[in-house]
Amino acid sequence: MKRKKKWYDYLWIASLTYLILGFFNILFAWLGLFCFFIPLAIAVIKGNKAYCNKYCGRGQLFSLVGGRFGLSRKKDIPGWIRSGYFRYGFLIFFFVMFFLMLWNTWLVFAGAKNLGAVVTLLWTFKLPWHWAYHGTLFSDGVAQFAFGFYSVMLTSTVLGFLTMALFKPRSWCVYCPMGTMTQLICKAKNVTTSQKQ
Amino acid sequence: MAKKKAAVSIRECVACGCCIKVCPRNTITVPNGIHAVINRELCIGCGKCVKECPASIISLEVTE
Ligand code: SF4
Ligand code: SF4
Ligand code: SF4
Repeated sequence: MKRKKKWYDYLWIASLTYLILGFFNILFAWLGLFCFFIPLAIAVIKGNKAYCNKYCGRGQLFSLVGGRFGLSRKKDIPGWIRSGYFRYGFLIFFFVMFFLMLWNTWLVFAGAKNLGAVVTLLWTFKLPWHWAYHGTLFSDGVAQFAFGFYSVMLTSTVLGFLTMALFKPRSWCVYCPMGTMTQLICKAKNVTTSQKQ
Repeated sequence: MAKKKAAVSIRECVACGCCIKVCPRNTITVPNGIHAVINRELCIGCGKCVKECPASIISLEVTE
């Protein structure tokens, strides 16, 4: 008995398209904000993880490549990765890096810094990416944010594919900052609602 | 006859819901986004969720 495919089972196509578009025009990176605000909004308003459970295209992409295409060892993830310390630690690290990226964007907006047309992989490696930059109508900061945001998305995809290959297809979901954060919000919401009752 | 049923280690569950999609009996839910819950009445112990769970925290337990 196989579950019938729904429209949202194809959202991996959107995730893949996103990564490809950013290769040609970095400004498409802005679309990635949907993957930030939709899961948060669902968690805050509805108090559940429907985004992870149903809609997340990135998770589907890992299931597909690691599962269907078999590019995964399908081994158990080491205990320390699924420990709370690592998951929350990674969430904090991710956020610190995210705010540094926003700060950098602000500096470019304010004219204190020049646009760096690079995509930074794993917070370390600066990849030239100038071909995807065709100028912006507004401030260079708009493009700087796009480069920064695309770096975040590409880095998490690369890490995700790495742990997909080493462990189970969707290993990324164990330490995905969005997943950890939405679960935290749901837990917090549940505590407050059960106190009200 | 000893039957096997899936059991989730609730404390370690990351509520990703990867297990929901593979269950042939649709017995798994993640209520309020906190952890997975398996309806043991319906579970046939096929072990698909055990294999899928990225955190490897579902196990098959012998009942009866
Ligand atoms: S944990 Fe992250 S990658 Fe996995 S389904 Fe949720 S948002 Fe997507
Ligand atoms: S063991 Fe099989 S039937 Fe039972 S919850 Fe897991 S996938 Fe569903
Ligand atoms: S796949 Fe594992 S970690 Fe994810 S919701 Fe199911 S039991 Fe929890």
